[in-house]
Amino acid sequence: MSALLEVSGISVSFDGFRAINNLSFSIGPAELRAVIGPNGAGKTTFMDIVTGKTKPDSGTVTFGEKALSLLKLTEAQIAQAGVGRKFQRPTVFEDQTVQDNLILALKARRNPVAVLFWRPRQADLTRVEELAAQVGLAGALPRKAGELSHGQKQWLEIAMLLAQEPRLLLVDEPAAGMTLAEREQTTALLVDLARTRAVVVVEHDMEFVRRLNCKVTVLHEGSVLAEGTLAHVTKDQQVIDVYLGR
Amino acid sequence: MKQSFIARNPSILIFLGALAIFTLAVTLLSSAYGVDFLSTSFIKTLGKTLCLCLVAIAMDLIWGYAGILSLGHMAFFALGGYMVGMWLMYARTETIVLASLQGSVLPATPEEVVEGVTTQIFGVVGASDLPPIWSFAHSLPIQLLLVVVVPGLLALAFGWLAFRSRVTGVYLSILTQAMTLALALYLFQNDSGLRGNNGLSGLQNIPGLDDVGQDALSVWFFWASAAALGGGYVIAAFLVSGKFGSVLRAIRDDEQRVRFLGYSVESYKLFIFTLTAIIAAIAGALYYPQAGIINPAELAPIASIYLAVWVAIGGRGRLYGAVIGAAFVSLVSSWFTGGRAPDIPLGFYTIQWVDWWLVLLGLSFVLVTLYAPRGFGGLFDRFARRVPPDRHGADLGPDTGSLQQAEADK
Repeated sequence: MSALLEVSGISVSFDGFRAINNLSFSIGPAELRAVIGPNGAGKTTFMDIVTGKTKPDSGTVTFGEKALSLLKLTEAQIAQAGVGRKFQRPTVFEDQTVQDNLILALKARRNPVAVLFWRPRQADLTRVEELAAQVGLAGALPRKAGELSHGQKQWLEIAMLLAQEPRLLLVDEPAAGMTLAEREQTTALLVDLARTRAVVVVEHDMEFVRRLNCKVTVLHEGSVLAEGTLAHVTKDQQVIDVYLGR
Repeated sequence: MKQSFIARNPSILIFLGALAIFTLAVTLLSSAYGVDFLSTSFIKTLGKTLCLCLVAIAMDLIWGYAGILSLGHMAFFALGGYMVGMWLMYARTETIVLASLQGSVLPATPEEVVEGVTTQIFGVVGASDLPPIWSFAHSLPIQLLLVVVVPGLLALAFGWLAFRSRVTGVYLSILTQAMTLALALYLFQNDSGLRGNNGLSGLQNIPGLDDVGQDALSVWFFWASAAALGGGYVIAAFLVSGKFGSVLRAIRDDEQRVRFLGYSVESYKLFIFTLTAIIAAIAGALYYPQAGIINPAELAPIASIYLAVWVAIGGRGRLYGAVIGAAFVSLVSSWFTGGRAPDIPLGFYTIQWVDWWLVLLGLSFVLVTLYAPRGFGGLFDRFARRVPPDRHGADLGPDTGSLQQAEADK
């Protein structure tokens, strides 16, 4: 199975601090992967590099069958190429309705002129309703996103990600601030999504990672410390020393 | 959920209706077409006010919707005025020169005419050659095209440089203000080719319409300004009503998130910046023939700051708010500064509004910012029950067992 995302040998420093140090990572087109590591291990910087927010000092990042280099693209182009990102804090557009939020995310042409003359077709509205129903927001379409609860905002953001139809999903601490029931729902959704696309979950919570039941990559000081099943990495002495032992 | 454009934007019909009634009323009260109740100069003031409302709509698009506080849109407004002013001044001087050469034995050659016009226009700044930027001043269609092209290209070039470098927030405001100031200082120079601080004058006389009196002309320009304002309002409402408006407001609220959704934030900013610059220029091209004179002082950064104050007082993010703000504040301002407001003698000191008006304006700006951040437009919202969402409540989460409000607030 060839890799969908291939990150090799990237390094980046901020004011002399090496946030990422010769990190390599790859994920297949339909795979679920958890990335864990202590604070400052470079998890967020890694996501920033893949989504184009931060440019690495060295290394390559390629995506898709044609091995498209993501380093030359802007954030918007990377997103259009099929990389979706979910932030830790739910970031939805609070001043706009749930429906507007979903329409914004819906896969469509993104240039200003096309967007200016874009009008929703019946199929688009149906898709928006489906997405809302999928995350339990079917009745909330005309409500402003700012009125939703924290958990509902998380779900709205997940629905927006689905609307983008990304091939690679980067999810930052999805379970943060969720109740047990919501966590189970999230786990099921992520596992389900990974059947058709690549999903990278950055997570602190070991219990949640255990539930995901997938390959785990442990980051430490900007590089990969260990990789394998959760059972495998938790036996690794280095991992125990830097992360689990604490 | 499909509705027609008008049905989704009821404010368009209300606005156009109000504008039509106002236009009709002013026409019927004018001296040229009605009962001679309003003076010609007051009709000009009203026509100019409509132009200011149009530029306020442009400001609301760029600031209220896209979140870019541009302090340069009055520069585009004035540039539009200069472009149309060049033709007005050239063509009028040409008729005067032709009339004076009528008496000579030989018919005047084109060179002689151009020389005569140049002496007439540029004698005041001591130039004897027609500056190259006046090359098209003889042609009305070309100058009208330049009204759109020159400010449009300036906005495009400036915006491209600024947005590409991801300059945002207050830094962008400072940059736009620097652009305005630089342009004003350049135009103040005599060799800028636009008559330095003398500016262009006599713009109220429209060449070829000498036998039409100012009383009728003022109404014609009032109609044109009203039509431009109506058209501008509909275009702006179209821009902000659909997905495009949704993207603009999203950029205002969280531009990084918009990037991760796959929208090129820079192209959207450039698009709206250039478009609003063009709207401002068209407003300026209608304003200055009514004002009669334009000089570089019109480009001073303070003009653009006033524009921001109008929109803030009227209510950002509501097109009608911008119109109300601009109309109200500029009319009140011309009442106070026109010497018509009665002085208030306090015994030891007399409050003269010409001086104290700015204090009053500044005070009301502060008060609006503090106590009514939605401005006058917010009053209409209360009417239409468009109150902002209450983000506090006990019922959180889609399912049983969700976070409680106390937990979510942590």
